[in-house]
This record gives sequence, C-alpha cells and structure tokens, in this order.
Amino acid sequence: MTAAALELAGVTKRFGRTEILGGVDLAIPVGERHALIGPNGAGKSTLFHLRSGRLPATSGRIRLLGRDITGLPPYRINRLGLARSFQITSVFPRLSVFDNIRCATLYRLGHRYSFLRRLARLDDATARAEAIVGQIGLAGRASTPAANLTYAEQRALEIGITVAGDAPVILLDEPTAGMSRAESIRAIALIRRMTEGRTLVMVEHDMSVVFELADRISVLVQGRILASGTPAQIRGDGAVRQAYLGQVAGPIRDQGPGQDREQGAEGRGP
Amino acid sequence: MTRARRLSPPSAGPRRGSGPWILLVPALAVGLPLVFDSSFALTLLSQMGIFIVFALSFNMLFGQGGMLSFGHAVYSGLGAFVAVHLLNAATAAGGPWATPLSVALLPLAGGLAGACFGIVFGYPTTRRAGTPFAMITLGIGEMVHAAALMFPGFFGGEGGISTDRVVGEPWFGISFGPAIQVYYLIAGWCLLATALMFAFSLTPLGRISNAVRDNPERAEFIGYSTRRVRFLVVVASSFFAGIAGGLSAINFELVTAENVSTLQSGGVLVATVIGGSAWFLGPVLGAIVFVLFAVALSGLTQAWLFYLGLFFVTMVMYAPGGLASLVALHLRLGRQGLLAALGAPYLATLAAGLALGGAVIVAVELAYQRALASSGPGRLAILGLELDPRSGLAWLAVVIGLVVTAWVFGRTRRAFAPRWQAVQTALEAAEAAEAG
Repeated sequence: MTAAALELAGVTKRFGRTEILGGVDLAIPVGERHALIGPNGAGKSTLFHLRSGRLPATSGRIRLLGRDITGLPPYRINRLGLARSFQITSVFPRLSVFDNIRCATLYRLGHRYSFLRRLARLDDATARAEAIVGQIGLAGRASTPAANLTYAEQRALEIGITVAGDAPVILLDEPTAGMSRAESIRAIALIRRMTEGRTLVMVEHDMSVVFELADRISVLVQGRILASGTPAQIRGDGAVRQAYLGQVAGPIRDQGPGQDREQGAEGRGP
Repeated sequence: MTRARRLSPPSAGPRRGSGPWILLVPALAVGLPLVFDSSFALTLLSQMGIFIVFALSFNMLFGQGGMLSFGHAVYSGLGAFVAVHLLNAATAAGGPWATPLSVALLPLAGGLAGACFGIVFGYPTTRRAGTPFAMITLGIGEMVHAAALMFPGFFGGEGGISTDRVVGEPWFGISFGPAIQVYYLIAGWCLLATALMFAFSLTPLGRISNAVRDNPERAEFIGYSTRRVRFLVVVASSFFAGIAGGLSAINFELVTAENVSTLQSGGVLVATVIGGSAWFLGPVLGAIVFVLFAVALSGLTQAWLFYLGLFFVTMVMYAPGGLASLVALHLRLGRQGLLAALGAPYLATLAAGLALGGAVIVAVELAYQRALASSGPGRLAILGLELDPRSGLAWLAVVIGLVVTAWVFGRTRRAFAPRWQAVQTALEAAEAAEAG
C-alpha cells in the first residue's frame, strides 16, 4: 500500500485553554483534490497551519508522503514536498513578478544558498520561472514589482509561487477569497491547470468552487471531522446539512463578512 | 536568450538602474586625484573610499537583507585591530614578511578577521529579524566597545594601537608612504569590494536575502531557512566591513576604541539612509556626503555634527528614499522631458531654502560662539558684519531673520507643492503611456 500524501492522526491544537482541534484523523491519498470546508471558526485554517509547519500541534502526528513531519520547521516541510499558499496574499512585494517566481524555484533546483553563480546564468531557473509566469498569465507584468499588481494578479502570483517549487503536495488556503465571480472562475481554471498531477488540499468558503474542484470533501465542525466523502455524498449527508450547509439557503455560497472575523481569530495565533 | 533578458528585468531591489553608472566609477577613481591634487583633497578622497566600502557592506544587511544593525562598526573596527597587529608583527618579523605587498594585502586580512567575528556574533543575532536583531546588535556594539577599554593589551587602551605603514624596501617606488600611493591602494580595494558586493546582489543568495527582507514567512515556505540566509549575509557583510577596517588601519596608521564605537555604527547608518538604502549605489552617495560633513565641514565649524543631524532629519522627512531616489526621480523626469517644468519653481524654492539655511547657520554659529566665548574673542563675522554673541540686539536680528526667512520659505513651498504634484502626475501618465 502506498503512503498517503498527507495523513493526520489524532491531531489536536489548543491555544491556552481553548481547544481549536479535538483529535483530527484524516488521510488524503496521492493525486486527490481534497477540499476542507466548515463553518467559520471550525479550525480549518488552524489545521492548515499545523500541516504546513506554521504552528506546532499540541498532540498527534502528521505524515507527508509517509514521513513524519510533526514539529518540523516550514522550510524542512517544504523541502520534503509540501507547498502552501496563504489566505492573505503573501508575496515578495519589492521583487518583480519574475523574481518572485524565480526565488521559489531556486531551492528545489539545487541552487540553495549559492553566492558563486549569477542568477541570470541559471538557465533552469530562468526557464521554469518564464514558463510559470506565462501559465499564470502575468508574462506582460514580469518586470512589475509584486506590490504594484492588482489583487487578482497577486492571487495568481501567490499560486505561481506555491507551485514553482514543484512540490507534489499543494495546500491552498482560500485561493478565491475576495474575488469576483468572473475572477473566481478564472482562478479555478488556473488552479486546475497548475495542480495537474499533484495532490491538492484546499480550504475554501465558496461552495461552487469546492463542488467544482474537489474529488473528496471533508467537513470540519468544532474541531472535528464530521464527514468525509465525494461531493455527492456530502451534499446528501443530513448531519452536514444541519451543521453547516443548512445555514445558507438554496445554492450554497458562504462569503459573508464572517470570513474576516475568522481570520482575526485563527490567522494570528500566538 | 533575448527573451530571457526581457523577462529577467532588474528587480525592484537594490540594483535598479545602477548598471551604466558602474563604468564611470573607475575613471573617476583614477582621475580625481589628478584634478584635486592638494593633500587635503587626497585625505578627503581616501576617507571617502574607505567609507564607501563600509557603507556598502552595511547596506548588504540593511537595504538588501532587511536587518537594521546598530553595531556594524564592530566588524570594521575589529578587522582594523587585527590588521594593525598583523602589520606590526610583519614589521617585527622582517624578511619576506616586511614588504609593501604585505601592506597591499592587509585589507584582505582585515576582511577575513571581520568575517570571523561575523560568524561569532552572527550566529546568535540572526535568530530573529526586526527589532530584536537591532537591539542585539546595539548590545554587542556596546559590549565590544567596553571590552576595548578593558583589554588594553589588544586594543591599546585610550591611546589605541599605532603602526607604520612603510614596511621594508619599496617595490618599483611603491612604499605606501606618500598619501597618493595609499589613495590608489584604497581606490583599488574600493573598486574591487564594490564590484564583489554588486556581484553578490546578483547571486541566488543575494536575491533570496531580498526575499527574506520582503517576507520572511513566505521565504520559509519556499524552502529557505531565514536564519541561515541572515547568517550568511551577516558573514559576507562583515567580511567587507573588515576590508574597510583594514584600509582605515593603513590610512590612519592608528586604530583606537573609537573604531568599534556606537558613534561609528551610527555614522554608517546615517550615511546609508542619506544616500538611499533601496539602491545599490545609494550608500556610495551617502558615504561621499558623510565624509564631506565629517572631514571638510568639521574643518570649518565645530557645529558640523549639528548640521549633519539637521541634514539627516530633513532628508528622512522630505526625501526618505535618500539622495539616490532623488537622482533616479530626476533621471525619469529628464527622460520624459519634464525637468524644464520644474526649473522656475526649483529656483524659487532653492533661493528661499538658501535664505532660511543661512539664517539657521547664523543662529547656530552665534550660539556656538556664545558657548565658547570664555575661551576666545567670540565674535562672528558674516558678510562684513560683526555680530557679538552676547549682544541682545544681535540675537534679536537673528530671530527676526529666522522668522522672516521661514515665513518666505513656507510660502514658496506651498506654491511649489501643487506644481510638484502636477509634474509627478504627468510623469506617471507619460510612463504609463510608454508602457502600455
């Protein structure tokens, strides 16, 4: 049996006495597109931070492609094959779009901390960065500092940085947050294209995005996995409807102002 | 390859648009002492060369790596101490050690010593960036300065360690005794160090240090240990600071506790900010201005440090990007043909600014004369007018002068502001039209 791309066993997280995650077990097989949904404050973002090494877990084990990554710093987890994007755009604002992407390729291509070769001579990094800048549709903006991009362009750059290192497991934290409908549709197409052949795990509020992209969905409610299954199974699950989907009538699309509150509570842990 | 070049633009980092300038520098370095051949000019140029290396090495940390250090003189100063001891040891050893070649290579020894101290101090300091880093460097600076007075064996106590840079027999007439020979030695090292630091900014580590400056968390998620990046940058930066220290040991033939002092660390920070830390060549401009203040102006007035402070505050308030950003802005204006529109407003503002500056200078000089009146005649002659610092009438005139010139300057500035805005808007529109 091949190891799961990502496997969580009994993962808990407490901030002081507040329990955010109360024992999460989850296995995501290689190649799956997995979406994590749940009401505001359910612990989705916290779970993300634990998996990418941004926050330490209180207890439990996390395995990436069969290797235990519990407690490793983010750069080690990244080198083992996991890349993530951020809910709040996190790029290198004073670097050009091209340099943003190129920096993200350097470690994986083996250039690491080199100070004996010129960047411009690293043809492999240049070629890969050019390809990705083209794929994310920013070829015309390659020399623009990232800070001067529009919001949607920055989100595309964010995805570009995340996939540039060629990690087999990609975590996307609300990739379409704050986007218009048209921008969302473009973003979904981009995500589908850029994560071809990789394992994708995403937190998303926009249900249309979730049901369109995901092979499997897990519902997180009050720090526990309530249900896990295909989009059809989740749609039909009575407990899920009651706990989460029932909050919004009709075609489910939760993009209320509550998102910001959740970020305040979860995004800035101690 | 042409495609790669188009897509690999000068990043929005420290090296924007500094390319063609590089070629001017060697010509200037060789030619300047031929034009300005007085001994004073040579002193000035030599010190500028040393300070340029020092400021550029500081900016590897500050402008490129996002690390604000209040203790950078530790590396240049300790490099200078090691260099001066090595020079004295070479003189004592005699024979093949005691040649002008040893002197020429001494800055390299200073650099290696600086790098060693960079390894020692960089390891604990680079765990954190931001304010903790700044505070720790401040503490290390104070510690080393205190140690310099505690261990007179190595640091020479109050008097410092002196040396003689003329060692052994001259080679082809080169003994490094005459100031002009020392100048060319400094100029050579300055060019070499500048070229190496520029090259560093173009390597993977150099660019990743920009990335760590911009967003350390993101850098960790693309596989980089930010601590390791900071540590390597500190070591590289202290290597070049050590070269500056070695050069100053040769130039002054004396190294004292002053070389490792916070005053020196603060000076390089001031110079770098005045020059503009976002540009590779900004610290060069800053170093030149700083040495003009510290060496040329200090010969004219005891108030030079006051004027430097005033200039620094003015720059930070009105041109936070430093001299380099002003130069770059005017180059952009020139390219779009918008400079002419600023001519008249500039002249008016300049005239008003000069009048206000003159009034401030009279007030400052008069105050200094008053403070020093016990030790001298205490009279200030300005434009044939003699002012007595103890006369109330003189002070009344000074205050009136200050108020009037400040009022005129304020009015001119208010008239200038909308025209400045208009030119900026025109510039952005012209550049947007060019790009799109």
